[in-house]
Amino acid sequence: MRSRWLILVLVAVAIALPWGFYDWGHHRHAGFLISMLSQAGMMIILALSYNMLLGQAGLFSLCHATFFGIGGYAMVHFLNAAGKDELPLPMEVMPLLAGLSGLGLAILFGAMATKQRATAFAMITLGIGELMATAALMFHHFFGGEGGVTTDRMIDNSLFGLTYSSGIQVYYLIVAWTLIAVALMYYLTLTPLGRMANATRDNYERAQFIGYDPRMVRFIQFALSGFFAGIGGGLYAITYEIVTFDALAAPLSANALLMAYIGGTTVFGGPILGAILITLLQSGVSLLSNSWLVYVGVMFIAMVIFAPSGLAGIIQAHGPIKRAGRLGRLTLPYLRLVLPALALLLGFVGLVELMSFLTIGAAQGKKLVLFGNAIDVHATMPWVISAASLVWGAVWLRFAAAGFHRVWENLSAEVRR
Amino acid sequence: METLLISVLNGLVYGMLLFMLASGLTLIFSMMGVLNFAHASIYMLGAYLAFTISQFVGFFPALIIAPILCGLIGAAIEIWGLRRAHQNGHIAELLFTFGLVFIIQRVVQMTWGMLPMPYRVPPSLDFPLFVLYGSNFPAYRGFMLLISAAMLLSTWLLLKKTRVGLIIQAALTHPHMVSALGHNVPRVFTTVFAGGCLLAGLAGVIGGNYQTTEPGMADSMGPIVFVVVVFGGLGSLAGCFVASIVMGMIQTFAVVIDYSVADVLRPLGLAISGDTLLTEVLTVPVARIGALLPFVMMVTILFFRPRGLMGTRDT
Amino acid sequence: MLLVRGLFATVIAFSLGIAARPAAAAEDTIKVAYIDPFSGPFASGGDEFLKVFGYILQKVNADGGALGKKFEVVPFDDKLQPAEALIALKNITDQNIPFVMQCTGSNVGAALVDGVSKHNARNPDNRILYLNCGALATELTNEQCDFWQFRFTGNVEMRAAARIKALPADIKKVYLLNQDYLFGQSVQHDTKKWLEKLRPDIQIVGDELMPFGKVQDFSSYVAKIKASGAQSVITGNYNRDLNLLIKAAVDDGLNVRFDTYLAHLIGGPTAIGSAGENRLSSVTEFHPNVPVELNKPDAEAFDNGWRANHDTDFSEVPFLTMFQMLAKAIDKAGSTDPMKVALALEDMKATDMVGFPVQMRKEDHQISMPYYAAHFTKDVKYDSEKTGLGWKTDFIASSEDLTLPTTCKMKRPKS
Repeated sequence: MRSRWLILVLVAVAIALPWGFYDWGHHRHAGFLISMLSQAGMMIILALSYNMLLGQAGLFSLCHATFFGIGGYAMVHFLNAAGKDELPLPMEVMPLLAGLSGLGLAILFGAMATKQRATAFAMITLGIGELMATAALMFHHFFGGEGGVTTDRMIDNSLFGLTYSSGIQVYYLIVAWTLIAVALMYYLTLTPLGRMANATRDNYERAQFIGYDPRMVRFIQFALSGFFAGIGGGLYAITYEIVTFDALAAPLSANALLMAYIGGTTVFGGPILGAILITLLQSGVSLLSNSWLVYVGVMFIAMVIFAPSGLAGIIQAHGPIKRAGRLGRLTLPYLRLVLPALALLLGFVGLVELMSFLTIGAAQGKKLVLFGNAIDVHATMPWVISAASLVWGAVWLRFAAAGFHRVWENLSAEVRR
Repeated sequence: METLLISVLNGLVYGMLLFMLASGLTLIFSMMGVLNFAHASIYMLGAYLAFTISQFVGFFPALIIAPILCGLIGAAIEIWGLRRAHQNGHIAELLFTFGLVFIIQRVVQMTWGMLPMPYRVPPSLDFPLFVLYGSNFPAYRGFMLLISAAMLLSTWLLLKKTRVGLIIQAALTHPHMVSALGHNVPRVFTTVFAGGCLLAGLAGVIGGNYQTTEPGMADSMGPIVFVVVVFGGLGSLAGCFVASIVMGMIQTFAVVIDYSVADVLRPLGLAISGDTLLTEVLTVPVARIGALLPFVMMVTILFFRPRGLMGTRDT
Repeated sequence: MLLVRGLFATVIAFSLGIAARPAAAAEDTIKVAYIDPFSGPFASGGDEFLKVFGYILQKVNADGGALGKKFEVVPFDDKLQPAEALIALKNITDQNIPFVMQCTGSNVGAALVDGVSKHNARNPDNRILYLNCGALATELTNEQCDFWQFRFTGNVEMRAAARIKALPADIKKVYLLNQDYLFGQSVQHDTKKWLEKLRPDIQIVGDELMPFGKVQDFSSYVAKIKASGAQSVITGNYNRDLNLLIKAAVDDGLNVRFDTYLAHLIGGPTAIGSAGENRLSSVTEFHPNVPVELNKPDAEAFDNGWRANHDTDFSEVPFLTMFQMLAKAIDKAGSTDPMKVALALEDMKATDMVGFPVQMRKEDHQISMPYYAAHFTKDVKYDSEKTGLGWKTDFIASSEDLTLPTTCKMKRPKS
């Protein structure tokens, strides 16, 4: 019951958030925020549909962006047809067509790929992804080459009389479709198909033994995940009104994987967290630092080593303690972790930025500005402070983490009793 | 005929370079079951380190020092990173190497800058070895062949004739049995990972000046090495060797073929004309899609034979 | 404990410092947003151009900027992805920055032309002007031309015309090798068009597209070129695809010219080195030896100012011209309102750093500017990227030479 409230609150936040940043001075919405939220919406669909493969069926795919991209390209062509009055469909149902395009391609490729398992499956999908990305650059009729295909989303055909001229209208369309897609994907996990996908993930042979065709189960799962990715791609096309080969290239497939994993593949809602976090990192942090890829890399490595079940996994681990009503006892240990973690972070970020400014920024004539003061990257003090902060934070965090671990173990033991 | 012979030679050189990269990855992949995404990044690191070292002590010392440094880096990665990620499963390991790619890329950019390095073939090797039908065969390519052949031989000897090699071989096919026999499997893992990185570093040293040393070199080499490893098959160095040479040859030969599907269909009475997506696909000459053929071949072979060309067990 | 408190204060100040950064920039400058890749494998281009803009702005601001204000470049990272560029565009319009530049990649350029046009149509009170300084696809000022885009660099067709005009008369057989994507294909198309028009005596003995950035070994292409008997390879390849090609040709002993479009791009001379001596030529916007050849001490001094602190060449004269014309247009319009500035820019005439006339054409918003076809040789005053070799002009294609017809049918906004 409580999770239902959580969902309602989340939806309310998604709807209200743009208004919190409304620019009353100019009477317009914060376009950047809306873009980022829209991007987060389609990434949520992408990550969740990817998790239908990775988390639910144990399929490690490296070409998920292919279906996202094909949905996007198809959507552009549908919109263009609609703009010429050849396709009399309202905007609101168009993403469904994009989804069907994704489904069609996923059926084709799924029939090839799901014949194999594990690494062979992964490598077939890698090959398919590479082939599709290169084909998109080579064939102009459908993909438009490097420049991509553009469209105009103002097709003047809407169930609600909307023009979709402003980003906020598109954003609400994305919210609606994200909700629909997320709900559908959730109910899929409850169907026999979803359960059988889990079974083939956990034990392929046994699933086969009890009379199911695991290959068929995985094929259907693959095709359906292509359908949802296609919807995401359709929303992408509506938002940006241009689709280029980047929408189906390998970096986006990698992103889908990262979002799903960082968020947590074992919990249904995990990839949602991952999608929001990665979108923020990509569009937000990259504005502040050109070294953002290092931070992303280090974060992944830290997650992979210390929290393999992802963000959602961490939250879930608190479940038993919370049910026992003893969450309060973790507050102090958590607070103890905050300071050393911040020191570690500060030291690390400081060193990376100093180094980056020493080699790249200095040549650009840029200055490292912190707290409004320019910092001389050639002076020793900033380096010493950063290094000291890093080392000291690391050592302290080790002790603090050990203390935290003790408390955690005790609590878990108590709860189990 | 002359084009054929020259293409064979060139394909061989490129194939051997591929093999040097792929052999390390095959060992790592077969033993740990993890595709090391950062393998090509180590290759890049090898090239950059070799460039810097060769500025101080010359190319030939760099040929030895840079790979050893790469091996040490590999050992450090295995001990402090991969081993811990290993406990969390294969996908965790894979993502770990994935994160490494980002970090190494940026570290290289921060240390050496964003532009290509003037890393050149040493003057002592910069002359034509022999002339074949009016085409030079540069001495450096001969040198590359020599190095890679020497590497092939020494790896083979190491694996077949030494005790460590026997354990590695056993761990390739029966890791649990090896550890049950009381061998220190983690240490074997570290050795193999470091060894693989050493080979990648060596490939970087001789590939960096054969091609160009720049921050993008890892991205351009990465996928093809995967293809070679998977095509060759898990747990089989011989398969990896064959796959490398085949891939080297295919990429070299595809360029020479100017025919398209439409050209094949034409004698059958099927003329293709017009300006649609289909004609666009059918009239693409093989030369244009040469670089894609490895992927096509990989998908095809996995489709019919998931263990790869000469793999000993399913991937 | 004191240490802890001090650290805590530092952390807070740090986060505030980051948050305060955009606001800290003073309001008395004219901001020009700059979208290009600053991270990932293509970062070298954006990074270098940012340095160049820094250097150019010193001069432009010292000359008085515009409306008595100084220019300020605000960089945004697009990772060479159109979607990221469009998100950045939203960020830029949120901050009411009236101008956006973008200098790398026609895919991003096409997205921006379209995105800016739609944004301006839908938000007439918050318009923005797109200053294209490096998206070269010919279409952008032809079929896809737009009122809100001004291109301050030559398009592929202009470069093709200059390229063919500069070919030596004794060349009779050429081989075309290009990358298989929009830019390479348009180089291929326009090269053939101008060969036919200007040099019907030249025979095209090979015409080939190669996968973009995927080829590791060019020796088989070299074998093919050799078999064709070509005297010159005309190619739009750049970066790795060009460097490896020339290396492979030199290794093979193949003696042909490489008449390229983009060999002078940053990093090219370093990677090619002596392999390109006397056989490599390129179509440049400018190169360090132009002022020497034309005897322009002022321009030479400006170029030397760059060389004193950088290992790379200064060849981005169009960037300087762009800022000078922008400053003039803003002064003429009396404000930074994109509409007024756009109208002021139309048909604006100016002279570039070495004194050649340039003009922003009204029909398609394409600048006409001179191009210098040059070859790579030891026989120069200034070398390139410390390689000992530099560019020497063979042929100057003037802006009249390169004023080409356009198919642009521009939709002009009413107000």
